Amino acid sequence: MIGQLFQYPFMVHALEAGTAVAVLAASVGWFVVQRRQAFTGHTLSVMAFPGAAGAALAGAPTTLGYYVACLVAALALGRSRRPQARGYVGESATVGTVQAVGLALGFLFLSLNHAVLDGLETLLFGTFLGVSQGQVVTLFVVAAVTLAALAVVGRPLLFATVDPVLARARGVPVAVLDLAFLLILAVAVAATTQITGALLVFALLIAPPATAQLITMRPLPGLLLSIALAIAIAWLALGIAYFSIYPVGFYTTTFAFAVYVLVRMGRWIASRG
Amino acid sequence: MTTRAQAQGTREGPLSAAVEIERAAIRLGGRPIVSDVTLTVARGEFVAVLGPNGAGKSTLMRAILGLVGLASGSLAVLGAAPAQTRNQIGYLPQRHGFGEGTRIRGIDLVRLGLDGDRWGISIALGSRARQKRRAERRLIEDAIALVGAAAYAQRPIGELSGGEQQRLLIAQALVRRPKLLILDEPLDGLDLPNQSAVAALVKRISTEAGVAVLLVAHDVNPLLGYLDRVVYLAGGRALAGTVEEVITAPKLSWLYGAPVEVLKAADGRLVVVGAPEAPHVHSHRHGDP
Repeated sequence: MIGQLFQYPFMVHALEAGTAVAVLAASVGWFVVQRRQAFTGHTLSVMAFPGAAGAALAGAPTTLGYYVACLVAALALGRSRRPQARGYVGESATVGTVQAVGLALGFLFLSLNHAVLDGLETLLFGTFLGVSQGQVVTLFVVAAVTLAALAVVGRPLLFATVDPVLARARGVPVAVLDLAFLLILAVAVAATTQITGALLVFALLIAPPATAQLITMRPLPGLLLSIALAIAIAWLALGIAYFSIYPVGFYTTTFAFAVYVLVRMGRWIASRG
Repeated sequence: MTTRAQAQGTREGPLSAAVEIERAAIRLGGRPIVSDVTLTVARGEFVAVLGPNGAGKSTLMRAILGLVGLASGSLAVLGAAPAQTRNQIGYLPQRHGFGEGTRIRGIDLVRLGLDGDRWGISIALGSRARQKRRAERRLIEDAIALVGAAAYAQRPIGELSGGEQQRLLIAQALVRRPKLLILDEPLDGLDLPNQSAVAALVKRISTEAGVAVLLVAHDVNPLLGYLDRVVYLAGGRALAGTVEEVITAPKLSWLYGAPVEVLKAADGRLVVVGAPEAPHVHSHRHGDP
């Protein structure tokens, strides 16, 4: 019965795309959770709406609109942000403002285009089906480049995340890394959004790393566990969605949430016993 | 190559002082911070840097690290220009503790002190790489053992007490085996027992590991009995010597340019009375409230 899954090219493409996105989102997400930038991640995912609407208006491919909108929003956030000595407490007001402007722009593009936007449901809740060979290749290239960039900056980025003052004193360019990470996050979110939809990005970006960090605090094992969880969630959701009438986004989110709740409960029981 | 090595050999010989400052003046944004500081710190010496808020204690430390330039005068660290020796200095900036939600272990923080400024990932295999990894692990374990933090180094740092966090932060500054350790207000925010415990620890480090220590503090009392010497900064000038030599009414009155009294409590604690506050406040605290 499982073999049935791999007989159809659309299913193979879906599994390939799901894997690429799971690895990318879970790796970048591990830093997002450490840096407490989940709200930033959410704001960038919402940029899919102005991105798609703007692309439709300009007659450009939707995918391109995703990447451009996310990167522009990341630059706007990066320019307006002043890293505090500790943490990123003062950031949320700016992020909220950028989110509002992004949504307003999307709405403007939509009305300029006489409210024609195909696949609104896909935009919001994603689709694994109908992923083309070309899209899969693009996703793999984007994931490989982004992961390579993350590998290069990873350790100083962790230092700057844990203690910006200490890192700066040791010559780590904290401000540059802040911006670099925003751009990495923007690309990861734009790629993930194509598969999970704008509203369900968190199923792969936040839930697996948050679960992994409940289980282990060690950086490298936590990162690998986060990736393993995301891949397992994506595959399981795709496999079950194939035999089910309910959309894949529902299963991805449900499994991600279920694993998180189970681990939380397990920790709670362990801490009492 | 040979001449350069020889030149360095003569300048960085074992006899060169840890820090040698002569008639140094520092200006920040055109404003004079210190105007005339002369100071020598010997290798392995434990020196407290005292003075009122805004006297330029942190700025002087940043000058020793090569992060701030001198307006005039000279400054040599371990026998060389300041920026050249930065990787031989362990530095703990003025700071506050970690939040409860900091999801990283103490040992990971100490490791970041060793390799946190290294770019890329190492995927090297083979015996050389294994040996290097083992050596790094030993450096980390030694630093943690030296500050006595082995019992809680595996726990999340946000859940530790202020004193425990401070020990791990000191281990982080020590992990590269520096010859000079600069600690900016490490006793700040600690309760009294922890203040004297950290002071005793720093004394032990400077003796056992032969590290020269510059410890910035606003109160000398927790450090009494552990210090080799003190440096008192006020009015843009500095006085160095033992506690008994420097913290006296005539010396401090000269430094402040105003009459100051020094009272000695029965238990030996010192209280400086009548010291005017410096006219300006720190401007480089990275936006801390």
